[in-house]
Amino acid sequence: MSHKSYQRALNEALRQEMQRDPNVVLIGIDIAAGYSSAAADAPDDGVGGGILGATAGLIQEFGAARVIETPISESAIMGMCAGAACTGLRPVGELMFADFLGVCFDQIFNQAAKLRYMFGGKAQVPMVIRTTVGAGVNAAAQHSQMLHSIFTHIPGLKVVLPSGAYDAKGLLISAIRDDDPVIFMEHKGLYEQAEEVPDEPYSIPFGEANLLTEGDDVTVIAFSKMVQVSLAASRSLAQEGLAVELIDPRTTSPLDEDTILESAKKTGRVVIVDEGHPRCSMATDVAALIASKAFHALRAPIELVTAPHTPVPFAPTLEQAYLPNANTVAAAVRRVAHDR
Amino acid sequence: MPLTQEMLLAAYRRMRTIRAFEENTKREFERGNIPGFVHFYVGQEASAVGICLNLHDTDFIGSTHRGHGHCIAKGCDIKAMMCEIYGRRTGLCGGKGGSMHIADFERGMLGANAIVGGNPPLVIGAALSAKMQQRQAVAVSFTGDGGANQGTTFESMNMAVVLQLPAVFVFENNGYGEFTSHDYAVGSKDIAARAAAFGMPAVKVDGTDFFAVYEAGRTMIERARAGQGPGVVETVAKRWHGHYMGDPETYRSPAERQSLQRDSDPLVKFRSRVLETGALGAAQLDGIDRDVTELIAAAIDTAAAAPFPAESDLLTDVYSSYP
Repeated sequence: MSHKSYQRALNEALRQEMQRDPNVVLIGIDIAAGYSSAAADAPDDGVGGGILGATAGLIQEFGAARVIETPISESAIMGMCAGAACTGLRPVGELMFADFLGVCFDQIFNQAAKLRYMFGGKAQVPMVIRTTVGAGVNAAAQHSQMLHSIFTHIPGLKVVLPSGAYDAKGLLISAIRDDDPVIFMEHKGLYEQAEEVPDEPYSIPFGEANLLTEGDDVTVIAFSKMVQVSLAASRSLAQEGLAVELIDPRTTSPLDEDTILESAKKTGRVVIVDEGHPRCSMATDVAALIASKAFHALRAPIELVTAPHTPVPFAPTLEQAYLPNANTVAAAVRRVAHDR
Repeated sequence: MPLTQEMLLAAYRRMRTIRAFEENTKREFERGNIPGFVHFYVGQEASAVGICLNLHDTDFIGSTHRGHGHCIAKGCDIKAMMCEIYGRRTGLCGGKGGSMHIADFERGMLGANAIVGGNPPLVIGAALSAKMQQRQAVAVSFTGDGGANQGTTFESMNMAVVLQLPAVFVFENNGYGEFTSHDYAVGSKDIAARAAAFGMPAVKVDGTDFFAVYEAGRTMIERARAGQGPGVVETVAKRWHGHYMGDPETYRSPAERQSLQRDSDPLVKFRSRVLETGALGAAQLDGIDRDVTELIAAAIDTAAAAPFPAESDLLTDVYSSYP
């Protein structure tokens, strides 16, 4: 056990799974970058392994046959992962930014997600697509979206959103061992987040929410980086005497409905915090779940704290206004708590 | 390798089976016995069979919405195929796929694919598996002249060259992408010529000539199998029927189909050639014709009598596990 960053936890999961199973291969753009011969003289910032750095050092250990550099051809990458997955490999593809979904959606939602069903259960598609999501790094509209609700909508895909380093490692190991296509969404704003992470491999099951804090006053359900934001809010609210029960579903497909409903029934007051856009979103999805299955337990209207229905802006001032933060979350919790 | 008598018989049997399968399916569709829509491969039989006679069960193919011919050429079970087209529980995909999604992984058939340009990325993935696991297997993508213009196809061709994958891209130029002529939609007019720009060899052949397709396929497939990288085969053979069953075909004259049937029937060409050279006898070919007629009739009877999937089948096969 030692203190590790989210990025290092991801790297450790990839390394340990590649050591365990020779059929695990990594496929993506620049995933070996920083270590090519042309870059031998380049200053090493200690990260390497592409823009994301999560694959640093893996090409040295496993070679170019298993850490497969590709051209910038996202459709071919996604389809190649699906084709390789249903013929014997366990590919981990990298879609550098979830926004690039726009150029390869067909291979994910019409091919990877549907092969098993269309073929009557004959195809097994054990692939992972690692991708980064989220705003907060001034990357503007085409490099900052969440998009998890779009993937969650598609039957056949599993969708994972680790909110910290410990979950990142355990969930990625589960994703690689899973026999279905998994969209693994890493928040850019969490890459430096660090906590205690075991050195040995471990897995965290899908569809089991993490209860970060227990409390009787208000249930807060948050996703991805919004879990950390909500955790900060709940600490300040505790000083005001408000006990928040903070739930991180960890996976949006499958979704741990039981934990959400149980808590909603206990507190009767619910805030849902999601960095995605508000329409047809995880926030509305969970709100609908609670409204339809725990309506009579509610003591106040459900509050949704989300990004607005706008693209992600560039200017730092606008981006900060775009993102939910601990203050907006705390304000929503107070409104719900004091609603009579 | 010269074609043995056994191979020639297999080739004729498969081509005849495709023809009979399609003609009978067409009749049954017109009678309202088959749901959905179907796309017929008649006129292109020599393309699928000429290529697939070079492949084993351990090799892979990816197909298109016009996939019946590829399935049969790759050895899929005829009755199970027919059941699938009828939407029955006993179909190759349990009735969940239908005409445009027939797959049989045991035969290396990775699926018909209803997205034009959908299969090339999947096929290079199968080629990657074969290469990684050193199975000496080859993966072949069948794509039409329509799919030849999709970005997914270009990406896959480049990727296959960059990664030196054992993949072969077969472009079946059947004259029309849906309702639009290849002459209009392929800017350079020549699909095979594009291969050079991607860094791979190509052969363009008459797709109604089984022997020409077989040889071209053999060259590219054996090259890929030997680890020498991907290649392209363009087979030119116009489809006799419309894009789909019911296509009014306002984009071409009835005379075109008549001349195709009169002058470019792949089965007639094959038959006259093997009879001329004495490679096969008329009685052998007639015997196959009779077998196939019986086989298809039995497949239709089986399919028509087979049970539909149960309502409880609706929710299965989405995931391997889902808590």
